Parts: sequence; C-alpha cells; structure tokens
Amino acid sequence: MQQLVSELLNGNRRAAARLISLVENDDPQKRELLREIYPHTGNAYVIGVTGAPGSGKSSLVDWLLKELRRDALTVGVIAVDPTSPFSGGAILGDRIRMQDHAMDQDIFIRSMGTRGSLGGLSRATREAIQVLDAFGKDIILIETVGVGQSEVDIVRTADSTLVVLTPAGGDSVQTIKAGIMEIADIFVVNKSDLPGAERTATEINMMLDMKSDAPWRPPVVPTVSVANEGIEELWKSVQDHRRYMEESGRLIDVRRERVSRELTEQVEYLVKSHIWAQVKEEIKLDDLVGKIVNREQDPYSAAGELLETIDFYGKDT
Amino acid sequence: MSSKKIRILVAKPGLDGHDRGARVVARALRDAGFEVIYTGLHQTPEQVAETALQEDVDVVGLSILSGAHMTLVPRIKKMLLENGMSDVLLVVGGIIPEDDAEELIEGGSADRVFTPGDPLDKITGYISSRFE
Amino acid sequence: MDKDKLNRIAEKKALWQEQAGSASERGEPFKTVSNRPVGALYTPVDTAGLDYEEDLGFPGSYPYTRGVQTNMYRGRIWTMRQFSGFGDAFDSNSRYRYLLEQGQTGLSVAFDMPTIMGYDSDSERSIGEVGRCGVAIDSLEDMEALFSGIPLDRVTTSMTINGPAAILWCMYLANAEKQGVSLDRVGGTIQNDILKEYIAQKSWIFPPEPSMRLITDIFSFAADHVPRWNTISISGYHIREAGSTAAQELAFTLADGFAYVEAGIKAGLDVDRFAPRLSFFFNAHIDFFEEVCKYRAARRIWARRMKECYGARDERSLKLRFHTQTAGCSLTAREPENNIIRTALEALSAVMGGTQSLHTNSMDEVLALPTEKAVKIALRTQQVIAYESGVANTIDPLAGSYFVEALTDRLEAEAEEYFRKIEDLGGVLAAIDQGFFQQEIADAAYDYQQSVDRGELTVVGVNRYNTEEKTQIELLKIDPQVEEKQVKRLRELKEKRDSEAVRRSLENLKKCAAGSDNLIPVILEAVKVYATEGEIVSSLKEVFGEYREKPLF
Repeated sequence: MQQLVSELLNGNRRAAARLISLVENDDPQKRELLREIYPHTGNAYVIGVTGAPGSGKSSLVDWLLKELRRDALTVGVIAVDPTSPFSGGAILGDRIRMQDHAMDQDIFIRSMGTRGSLGGLSRATREAIQVLDAFGKDIILIETVGVGQSEVDIVRTADSTLVVLTPAGGDSVQTIKAGIMEIADIFVVNKSDLPGAERTATEINMMLDMKSDAPWRPPVVPTVSVANEGIEELWKSVQDHRRYMEESGRLIDVRRERVSRELTEQVEYLVKSHIWAQVKEEIKLDDLVGKIVNREQDPYSAAGELLETIDFYGKDT
Repeated sequence: MSSKKIRILVAKPGLDGHDRGARVVARALRDAGFEVIYTGLHQTPEQVAETALQEDVDVVGLSILSGAHMTLVPRIKKMLLENGMSDVLLVVGGIIPEDDAEELIEGGSADRVFTPGDPLDKITGYISSRFE
Repeated sequence: MDKDKLNRIAEKKALWQEQAGSASERGEPFKTVSNRPVGALYTPVDTAGLDYEEDLGFPGSYPYTRGVQTNMYRGRIWTMRQFSGFGDAFDSNSRYRYLLEQGQTGLSVAFDMPTIMGYDSDSERSIGEVGRCGVAIDSLEDMEALFSGIPLDRVTTSMTINGPAAILWCMYLANAEKQGVSLDRVGGTIQNDILKEYIAQKSWIFPPEPSMRLITDIFSFAADHVPRWNTISISGYHIREAGSTAAQELAFTLADGFAYVEAGIKAGLDVDRFAPRLSFFFNAHIDFFEEVCKYRAARRIWARRMKECYGARDERSLKLRFHTQTAGCSLTAREPENNIIRTALEALSAVMGGTQSLHTNSMDEVLALPTEKAVKIALRTQQVIAYESGVANTIDPLAGSYFVEALTDRLEAEAEEYFRKIEDLGGVLAAIDQGFFQQEIADAAYDYQQSVDRGELTVVGVNRYNTEEKTQIELLKIDPQVEEKQVKRLRELKEKRDSEAVRRSLENLKKCAAGSDNLIPVILEAVKVYATEGEIVSSLKEVFGEYREKPLF
C-alpha cells in the first residue's frame, strides 16, 4: 500500500490506476490510503461536465482536452456512466471520443460505473478525484450523465460546473428539469448548428435575467463539438469563472463547505460502522427482525434497546 | 464490504470496422454483471495496452476480423507485460483459423479464442469461471 | 375477387385454423430470421388489396416489382461477380485471370483494410493488415499491376471502396487511359456509399458533409465523362451483416438512396442526369421467402418514390438495379462445408428476387480468405442454379403466391414506417447523428443472438446437431512477406517519381478541397503523377477533418 502511494506520488500511472480500483472496490485498506494521500491533495481544479445523454459531452471533453494541453496543463478525466440496475453491469463507452489522447502521458482517463450510488456521483468518484489530485493533475474533468441526483453531486464536487444543453428540437428550455438551471456556472449550447440553437440560448438568458442579482452570471456558450467550434470560447469562460472563484473568495468558501460535508460524512460513517460492528457481535439481527415481523416487538423500542447495549466511547474503528 | 467488480476492456485493434461481435459481446457481458470499457474502433496496440493500464482491467477482450490477429495479439500481450499486467486475462474473438488460435494460446499471447457461432453464454461463462 | 367470395374464404380459413390448431405444432416459434412471425397459411384474403397492374405490372415496366428487364434471365443470365482480392496487386491479378478463365463474367475488387481506410502500406496503422483481407493498393502503379493483361474495355469492374472511393476510381480511370481505353468506354461500379459506413460498416474517413460532396462530385464527373460507370452502389449488405432485420436493411438502404438523390438535386444536378447510374447492393440471408420479397418490395418502393417524390421521368432512374451477395454472417465456423448449402439457398433467393449480379460466398470465408477450390465451388453453385435448375427460365416465378405477395406488402409497409421515423428525426444525416440506425441495428443484432442462444432460431451444427467436431478444411495463407514486399515497392516508387509534381498536385488538391470546385479532376491529376492514396487522404483530412463514432450500445 505504502509503496503504491509513493509510486503514485512519483507519477506512476499503473499505481494511480490500481489505487482508483482500491477506492472503487471499497477495499479495506482504502481509508488508510486516503489518509496517506490527503496531504498531497488540494492542488487540482475540478471541472464538472454534465448534460443529457446524446448532448455531445464526450466530444466536448475531447476538444477541451486539446485546449488544456495547449496550455500545458496536465489532466485527469473521470467519465461516469450509469450501471445497469438489473444486472449490476455497465458499458462504459465515453472513452471512444477521447482515444486520441490515450497515448498522452499527461492525460489520465478513467471510466467509472455509478455502481450502487443510485445514478449519482458515487463516493468512489470523489475519492478517485483525490487520487488524481495527489497524482499531480492540474485539472480534473468529471463527465456525468445529467440525471437526477448526479447534478447535485457534481456541483458539490466540482469547482466549476458546465451544463451541456442542445437545441431541444422545438422543446422549450422551460421543460428542462428545473434543478439543472441552478447548478450551472457555465451553460453550453452544443450542436449549435442545429435549428433552434439561438432560441435555446435566448431562453436560458431570459431565465438568468430573472435572477440578475447573482454575483456570477453564467455565460451561455454556443459550441459545435463535432466541428471544434466555440471550444476556445468555452475554455475562456471556464478560466473566467475560475478567476472569479479565486478572486471573490468563493473557491475557499465552497471548498470549506466540501470539507465540512466530508467531515460530517466521515463522522457519520465512523459512528455507523462502530455501532454496527458492535451490534452484529451482540445481537442476531435476523432474530430481532423475526420478532418484529411477528408483532412480538415493535421496531421503535427494538432500536432503542439495541442502542442501549452500545459503547459509544469505544476507540476502535 | 468490498464491492469489487470484474472490469473488462473490449477493444477493436486494427483497421476493420466490423464491430457487431464486439458490441453484442459487450452487451452480453454487461447483462452478466461485468463492467465493460469499450474503446471504439481502429485502436493501435499501444492505445489498447495504455487503456488497459489506465482502466486497471481484469480482462482484455480483442475483436479482430481483418486477419491481422497474428501480428496484433502478440504485440498487445507484450505491451501488457511491459506494463506489469501479467495477470490480465487476454481473450480474442473473430475470424481466427484454428491453427492460429492454437498458436496464439500455446505461444502465451492469448488465454482463449472465440469464433463466430460461439454462443454468448460460453463467453460470459468462461470469464466468470476464471474469477470464481 | 368479390367480397362474398373473400368472406367465404375467410370463414373457411377460420374453420381450417380450428382443425389445424388442434393438431399439435412442433413447439417452436415460427418466425423469420428477422424475428418476425409468419403464418401457417396464406389465402386470397391476404392479397385482397393487390392490384395486378398497379402493384406488380410486367417485367421491365413500372413499378418493376417483377424485374427491371423485360426478358430478365431469358435475355441474359445475371453477372457472376465473385468479390476477391488478397496479397499484393500481382497475387490478385493472377486470381482475377483464373476467375475469368473459369467463366466469371465480371470482376469485383476487395481491398485490404489500409486501402479502405486511406492509409499507405508503410503507415504505422497498417502493420499486420497489408494484403490481409483484400489487395493492397497504394498508387497508380499498383492499379496498373492489378489489371495487367486484363483489357478494361472488355470487363466491367466493381470496386468495394467508400471513404477513398474517388481516389481509387481515379486510379482505375488513369489506368484505363494508359491502356488506351477512352473513359466513355469504361464500365464498372464503385461502392462509394458513405452513409452505410456511418450506419453499419464503419469504414469511414471524413465527416458526412465533405463525404457527400465527394460523392456528388463523382456523380457529376461521371455524367460528363464516364457515362457507363455506376457511380454508387447503395448498400444494404453491410447493414444486414451488422445485424439488422430484412425490413431494416430494405428501409435504411432505400433511405440512403433517397438521401443521395436529394444531395445530387441539391448540388444542382438534374435527377435524370445522375439517377440512372445509381445501383444497389443487397444481402441474401438464409430466410428464403423474406429475402425474395425484400428485393421485390425494394424495386416497387424505389420506382414509386423516384417518380412521385423526385419527379424522375427517365425510366432508367426508376429502375432499381442491384447486386447481391450471400450472407457472410449466416456462415458458421463449425462444419464449414454446410456453408455451401446455405450459400446455395441464399443465392437462389437472390435469383428468384431478380438480381442483376451475384457473389456467392465461399464456405471458408468465416475462417479466412477463400482458397481457389472454395471459390470455384461457390462459382459453380451459381452456374448450377443458372443452367441446371431451370429456375432462370421463367420470370419472377413466385409472383402471385399469396404468401409472397403478402410478405412483399408487409416489408414495404415496414419500410414506409421507417421512412416516416427517419423523416421525423430530420432526415438520414440527422438520424445518423442521433445514432438512430446504429441503435436499431445493435438492438436487432442482440435480439438475433439471444434467439439463437435460446434455440428459437436454429443454426445447424451450432445450436442443433452440434457435434463439436474439429474443422478440417484447407485455408488460404497469406504470404507474410507481402507486407514487406509492398512496403519496399512503395519506397522505390517514392524514390523514382517526380516529387515536385506530387507536392504541387497535393497543394492544388487542398486548395480545391477548401473551395467548392469539383474535386475529381485534381485527384486525377494527383494519381497520375503517382501521389499515393495515403498522401491524398491526409491532404484531404487536413481540410475536411475526420469522423468519430457514437458511443451507443
């Protein structure tokens, strides 16, 4: 483990790949490893890219990579695709668009399935970001399908969030799920060569006008990702947002929030695992469930009784 | 509480575009609970090996229908070894004559070769059996 | 037939069905290889809507359901055109001469993957693939060797080439001129169908827009200078091989055809100036009747739409002429001799469906490129059908069968349904961009495989009567030295040609590509000074960019 970490810090790609697998598989050694790499994190700037399936996110990321490399930035990419709820399997195909960069030693691309995390950005993704951060990547790009919980997750994880829309084939932007409007730092209207693109941009701007007092007004950037149009402007917008985040102190604030959330989660995690470790030793949960099912006991008092047996101040985790 | 999943790279090295087999197998593997990483078409051996490394896969599945298997498979195997991925299972599918298949397996380049007509559960079953 | 009579038949059929229903059936789903159900019995009720004159007509007459020539095979047997090519130009040249000696009537060139993808044999990308699944052609020099001793005014040649079709075509034309054959006497076909590459075959180079421009440039150049050339072979073959159903093959191929017609019209060409040179290429899969009906439906749909939607008036624009190849995907690696029988049945369906030319697969093609012996059996299969079986004596002999007419109608209706869907998505290019075709085909391919795995569709020797026997047939080995030899020849060529002329021609090409003039004359100029295919393609890539696939499953 120690060796893997020191290899990671020395820029070994195999080590980075292995460590991501360890966090992804929730390996027993995971916490120790995250503890070890933590001092080496905090340097990467994290950009989230989200949007509906088919909105062209992957090719957008592909072109963004070219811009980033022109600025000599090193990049980690995490491409998240949904895991099938039926089989638990997944086909992760976002790389298809990015394979031109496969041989670039300064780009590291990793595909991840959402696995158990209900369509959201899993904990594993956040931990993989830590690994790539410690690995020394300047920028980390997270690509996710914009469904449900993942939008909220991504905004909690990314320093800048790009929401990718397409001219909605006559549909109004209003019909796009409300949640997505709130999380964007930058709107991308991709496939802007299609009819209706201007209207889509106008409608977004109108919605933004309604809350014009916000300190950062998200720009609306038209792109045609297959033809590499508008990508330079997009990268410029991301840099503008980053500057705003840094100069306004917003970046420190959101990162503080993130750390605070992380800390809370860690405490909850420790408490839970501490409690359950003891509960499983003391009581046969199945028996208790049986009793409750048979109405010999109720779940409310049973829970209370369970907790009475717990030593809350035990030190072992 | 480990949630380990078998990760499989499905790659199309070489120039042929016949991806029916690769795609059907990718779907079958997904439906059998595997995590499949698909590279897309026209990959060089270098790209396949590097992708296998970054994705830290347990299995590399190559689909080749252009007749270039005797060149491509050993090259990819060699690069995987150079990357320290000696424990990765290497499976090949495509238009592969039996003599060639034997040579690939005996030469240590491939663990198993599948040809047109092999049912999907034979492929998924083989991979599952290797990770029991 | 009057209503009363039809009602009576319907009643009697119901009665019959009751009796038949009580007899037990073989307990398997009765469906076509496209996973479509088929009935046990068809009667006049199923064809009640059929109007003989409007829907069938006579051979050589609108709507051409019964065939595009008035006397069909009584006039001339279809062209037996075996697709072949392997190794370098010299290897393939001797195979072509062999085939012509055996009575083959046209040539069909298979190129190797580097040629198909626009790479020269000495490219990094070509390693291990030179001469493997077709012949390696890098420059006009190779084209000269390929047809050495074969007079290009006396054979017609079909070339399976798409992304770089314009370049290989120009090499062929330049070679003909060198042989002293003027362009107006050169005949043949280039596949040149880029849409099905995005949809199914996936050997693309440039993005759709510049690709379509190359195609319309070819249309226009051929109309002026090479009038006997079939400028495009709109292909369902690969759509089917990628796993589509028969109806999808029919619908997507014709939709592509209409897209080319629209592109030609949009490029300012009169429809009757280029449409007569459009030709088609279909698959012959194992489901005999479904295939026959597919070809019949295709002719009818094409004629009607060309007349009604695109205002074509020249009869030749309305006639859907097509080449057929038996289904490679129906062949099995196990017990490969069985493939001879499959191929024979498939070939028969193509003939019953009125094909203009035919390739029969060799039994060993599921394992490697065919040996001479295997190719000969495949060719003999066609000759037995043509001259022994008697099926070529009567035109469209299955017409009027209740089943055949009903199935023809059904396939037409399914195709029309797809046309509507494609239109709703914004046309063929928009549908490609949205991954519509790709997804439909991927789903059908997966369904098919699952049907086979579950035993609902039978593949003899694979999921039924499987003996696990080892295959023992002789296979063609490609000389491993081919690649080395070819690369050496290419290096020598690069030494001896006029490199300044090459440089200039490539500069011209890029300038022309950036503008809007017809590209064919400048490509022709480049191949004549021995610029290589790879050089021409990379010059065009600089201007046009490259296409990338959609991640869909």
